[in-house]
Amino acid sequence: MDGMHDMGGRQGFGAIRYTQHAEAFHAEWEVRANSLYAFAVRRGIFNMDEYRHAIERMEPRHYLAASYYERSLTSLATLLVEKGVLTREELEQRAQGQFPLAAPSAPGRTNVAARESFQTGDRVRVRADYVPGHIRMPGYIRGKTGVVVSKSPAYPYPDAHAHGLKAEDEPTYDVRFRSEDLWPNSAEPALVHVGVFQSYLERAS
Amino acid sequence: MPSHDRLIQRTATVEKRVEAIQTALDARGMNATGAVKELGHLAQEEWNPKNGARVVAKAWVDPAFRERLLANGRVAAAEIGLSLPKHHRHLVVLENTATVQNVICCTLCSCTAFTIIGLPPDWYKDLEYRSRVVRESRTVLREMGLDLSPEVEIRVWDTTADTRYMVLPTQPPETIGWPEDRLTEIVTRDSMIGVARL
Repeated sequence: MDGMHDMGGRQGFGAIRYTQHAEAFHAEWEVRANSLYAFAVRRGIFNMDEYRHAIERMEPRHYLAASYYERSLTSLATLLVEKGVLTREELEQRAQGQFPLAAPSAPGRTNVAARESFQTGDRVRVRADYVPGHIRMPGYIRGKTGVVVSKSPAYPYPDAHAHGLKAEDEPTYDVRFRSEDLWPNSAEPALVHVGVFQSYLERAS
Repeated sequence: MPSHDRLIQRTATVEKRVEAIQTALDARGMNATGAVKELGHLAQEEWNPKNGARVVAKAWVDPAFRERLLANGRVAAAEIGLSLPKHHRHLVVLENTATVQNVICCTLCSCTAFTIIGLPPDWYKDLEYRSRVVRESRTVLREMGLDLSPEVEIRVWDTTADTRYMVLPTQPPETIGWPEDRLTEIVTRDSMIGVARL
């Protein structure tokens, strides 16, 4: 989905709020939110792709305004309710207030049937796919051409794995793009590498 | 139709929402509280940048280890007792040089090799870093205090799959010959993310 989470290359954001030795956690509830979602993954209640997708399904204004760990706990609660472990009513009763959850999921999709294997140095193009469900292709590489620099072991295909569909494992390729190709006349020169699933790629001539 | 009560009810605080999830799971006999203790300890005490610092220091003093690390980060990290979660099947180690600066980000969420370099700092998860670092990397690094000369090539790595990355910073020349333990102390998390040089 072309969601609010797909931040790469969006314009208008200000200076980085950088401090040396910045903390990972700022409050005890953040540690708990992080631990509880990891606990649910460990127990097999949901997988990481479902977890990421439930964050992406948050209402955009909520997503932008929420801190990182509020997004974590919203995804966790959404999936616990969707999987039938808890009900929203119980959560709201216990929390003594509204408990905003993410929006329902749109359909996912299974692996591309005829996938090509690539070698380091191959030129590849990212398919111009538009999907309503989960995808790990950032919008800024859609339809763009780059060069394969390395290949990973095979992983479950996220577009299926986030939706309870049969997900075959497939490799991801680290693909090198030129920033000037990604944002013509509108980027500082750099090489930008993205981990791209095999199903998202086709050979470029 | 939502009830009138529901419409005027305020959103619960994040603290109350987390508490609600934890107590509801506990009430089902799932011992979420036990898991919070265990995983909270791991996240705050075990998964920290000291792990990655050991990897970097060893790579600086042991050329054979450095070779193995660049070939397969996961296997090399295991040699010194460090592991990654099951779903991080691959650790790619990116070597900086005098003319190459590697920088890690995650534009879609905030993935990192957290068992090795620690859980991500706040700025890494902010919308500013996620949106800007892929498109205006040099300016972003300058804002963060790393003013690279024009001949340094910037290589950004967006963690969009389950491959994890860490940067192998260049060793400061004045530390050549130091023992490994002492080197470990100078390696920072931010240098392994690639937004700082040592």
